[in-house]
Amino acid sequence: MSAGFYFGVEVFLNGLMAGVMYSLVALGFVLIFKASGIFNYAQGVMALFAALTLVGFQSGQIPFAHLINAVFGTELHHFGWKMPTILALIFTLMVMILFAFLVEKFILKHLVNQEPIILFMATIGLAYFMEGFGDLMWGSEIKKLDIGIPQGGNFWLEEKTATLGGDGFYGFYLDNLDIWATVCAIILVASLVVFSQYTKTGRALRAVADDHQAALSVGISLRAIWVIVWSIAGFVALIAGIMWGSKSGVQFSLSLIALKALPVLMLGGFTSIPGAIIGGLIIGVGEKMFEFLIGAPFLGGATENWFAYMLALLFLVFRPQGLFGEKIIERV
Amino acid sequence: MFYREAGEFKTTYAKDQQTFPIALDRWGYFITLALAFLAVPFFINDYWANAVVLPFLIYVIAALGLNILTGYCGQVSLGTGGFMAVGAYASYKLMTAFPDLNIVFVILLSGGITALVGMLFGLPSLRIKGFYLAVATLAAQFFLVWLFNKVPWFYNYSASGQISAPERTLFGQAVTGANAVPAISYLFCLVFVVVLAWAARNLTRGANGRKWMAIRDMDIAAEIIGVNPLKTKLTAFGVSSFYIGVSGALLFAVYLGAAEVGEAFGINKSFLVLFMIIIGGLGSIFGSFAGAAFMVLMPVLLKNIMVGQFGFPTDIAAHFEFVIVGGLIVVFLIVEPHGLAMLWRIAKEKLRLWPFPH
Repeated sequence: MSAGFYFGVEVFLNGLMAGVMYSLVALGFVLIFKASGIFNYAQGVMALFAALTLVGFQSGQIPFAHLINAVFGTELHHFGWKMPTILALIFTLMVMILFAFLVEKFILKHLVNQEPIILFMATIGLAYFMEGFGDLMWGSEIKKLDIGIPQGGNFWLEEKTATLGGDGFYGFYLDNLDIWATVCAIILVASLVVFSQYTKTGRALRAVADDHQAALSVGISLRAIWVIVWSIAGFVALIAGIMWGSKSGVQFSLSLIALKALPVLMLGGFTSIPGAIIGGLIIGVGEKMFEFLIGAPFLGGATENWFAYMLALLFLVFRPQGLFGEKIIERV
Repeated sequence: MFYREAGEFKTTYAKDQQTFPIALDRWGYFITLALAFLAVPFFINDYWANAVVLPFLIYVIAALGLNILTGYCGQVSLGTGGFMAVGAYASYKLMTAFPDLNIVFVILLSGGITALVGMLFGLPSLRIKGFYLAVATLAAQFFLVWLFNKVPWFYNYSASGQISAPERTLFGQAVTGANAVPAISYLFCLVFVVVLAWAARNLTRGANGRKWMAIRDMDIAAEIIGVNPLKTKLTAFGVSSFYIGVSGALLFAVYLGAAEVGEAFGINKSFLVLFMIIIGGLGSIFGSFAGAAFMVLMPVLLKNIMVGQFGFPTDIAAHFEFVIVGGLIVVFLIVEPHGLAMLWRIAKEKLRLWPFPH
C-alpha cells in the first residue's frame, strides 16, 4: 500500500473524530427539538457560555468585573483562588440548570402554541442575549480551558502504525483530545439511551416527544419536562463546550459551532439521536475527504465551510426528512 | 373622531380596492412622500445619511424581498446575506465591465442576476420544507460567500480581495464613489425604495400574491385548487431575490463603497434581515419598513445613550447592545408575535372608535 492511501485513511479517521465533535453539538439540538418542537439555535452559545463559566469558576474570576470596574472605577479581576476542576464542573452544571429554569420561566412559558418560526426566532434572540451576557460576565478575551484532558498527538498510535506505509509515512496522527471526545460521546449517548429507556423521567420525556397533548392528559407536567430537557441540553452543551474549548480556546467563535451542527441535523433528521451521531460522522468524514481529495488540490481549499451544507442539501432532495427523521406525513 | 371612514363613498371598483381606503391614511401617505422627496434632501447631512437613513432605505428593500418569500410565500430563508453578496458582486462586475452602462440599469440588472441565482437555490424548496429548507438555504449563504472569496475573477484579481465601487453619475451628479453627496445618494435610494415598495404592494395583492399566500397557508390544498407549486415557489424566490439583489447592490455601491464579502455579507446579515421582518411583521409591507427602522435605529440609539451619556467603554457598550437586542427580540415575540405591523393595526382600530369606544 502506498503512503497516499494511508494518508487517506488518516484523513478518514480524523474526519470521524471531527464528526464526533459535531455530533456532540447536534445532540443538544435533537434533545430539545424532540421534547418541545423548538429548534434551539442557542445551543452553540450555550456551549460557549458553559465553557466560559467553567473557566471563570476554575480561575476564580469575579463575574461582571469589567462592568463593575467601568461603573465604580474599581480594579477588580480575580478572587485570588483557584477552584478544583470537579467543583467547578458541578457549579457550572448548577448554573446551566438555573439557566434552563429561567428560560422556561421567562421565555418558553409565554410562547406555548406559537408557530415554530416564532420559537426559532426567540432562540436566536436568546443566543444574542447569552452572547452579550457571557462576555459581560466573564470578559471577551480568549481563554485557555484545561481540565486535565491530555492533548497533542497520540504517540503510541503513531509509533505503532509508522511502519505501515513506507518512507514518506510516519504513522497515523490522531489527537488525544479527539479520542477523549469520542469516548465521552459514546458514554454520553449510552447514558442518554439508558436514561430515556429505563427511568420514569426518561419515559415521560419520550411521551412528551411523541405527543404533547396525550402526555399532558396522563398527568405529565410539560413545564417540568422542559426544564429537565433544557438542563440535559445544558449538560450536553457543557461537554461540547469543554471539548471544543480545550481544542481551540474559549472564545466567541465557539458559538459558531452551532452552524456546523445544522447540516448534521439535516442529514440525520431533527428527531433522531442515532441520526445526530451518524449524521455527524458522515459530515465529518465527507468534508475532510472532500477537502483532501478535491477541495485543496482543485478548488483552492476552505471548502469545509460549505461542503457539509451542500451534502446535506443533496441528501434532502432524495429524503426530505433526513436519514432517520420521522416520515413527514401531510394531510389536507 | 378624525380617523374614520364615515363619509367616504366608494363609487367605483378602483376606489373600493385602493390601498389606503381612509382619507387620513391617504393624506398621511402623500405627505410622508412629499416630505421624503422635497424636505429631507435639504436637511440631510453626512452623519444622518450614513448612520441612519441610507442603511434604513437599503434594508427596507432587503426586508421587502425577504418578506415576500417568508411572509407571503412561507418559505423561511437564511440565505439573505449570500444573495445580497450576489447583487453586490454582480453590480461590481457590471460597473467595471461596462463603464458606460447607466447606474440604474446596473442596479436593476444585478437584481435580475440575483433573481436567477435565487431561483436556482429555490429549486430544492419543492422537496424540502420548513426548518429543513431554512437550513438548506444556509448552503446558499456559505457557498456564495466562499465562491466570492475564492474565485479571483469576481473581484477582478485585486490584491486585497476587496471590491470597491467606481464613480458613476446620474444626470451629472455622482451617485457612487467618494464624491457622492449625501442628498443625492439618499434620493437615489429613495426612488428605488418607493418604486419597489409600490410594486411589492401591488404584486402581493394580485394573482401572484394570492398564489403565494395559498402556498404559504397550505401547499397541498393550494395544489389541489390548481396553483402550480413549482411556478409559484420559483416566482416567489425570483422576485424576493431580485429585491435582495437590488438591496445588496445599493448597499455595496452607494452605501459602503468598498466591501469584503465575508465581513459585509456574512450570516449576520441574514439574521438581521430576518429579525427585521419578524419584528416588523410577517406578510406586511408596512412591517418591512417598521422592522428595518427599528433594527437600524436601535443600535445607534443604544450606542449614543451608553457611550455618549454614561461614558461606558465601547466594548462593554457592544456587549450590552447584544444583550439588549437579544432581550428585546424575545420580549417582542412574547408580547406581539405578529410584530409592529400588528400593533399599528390595533392602534388604527382603536383610533377609529376614539373617543367613544362603545
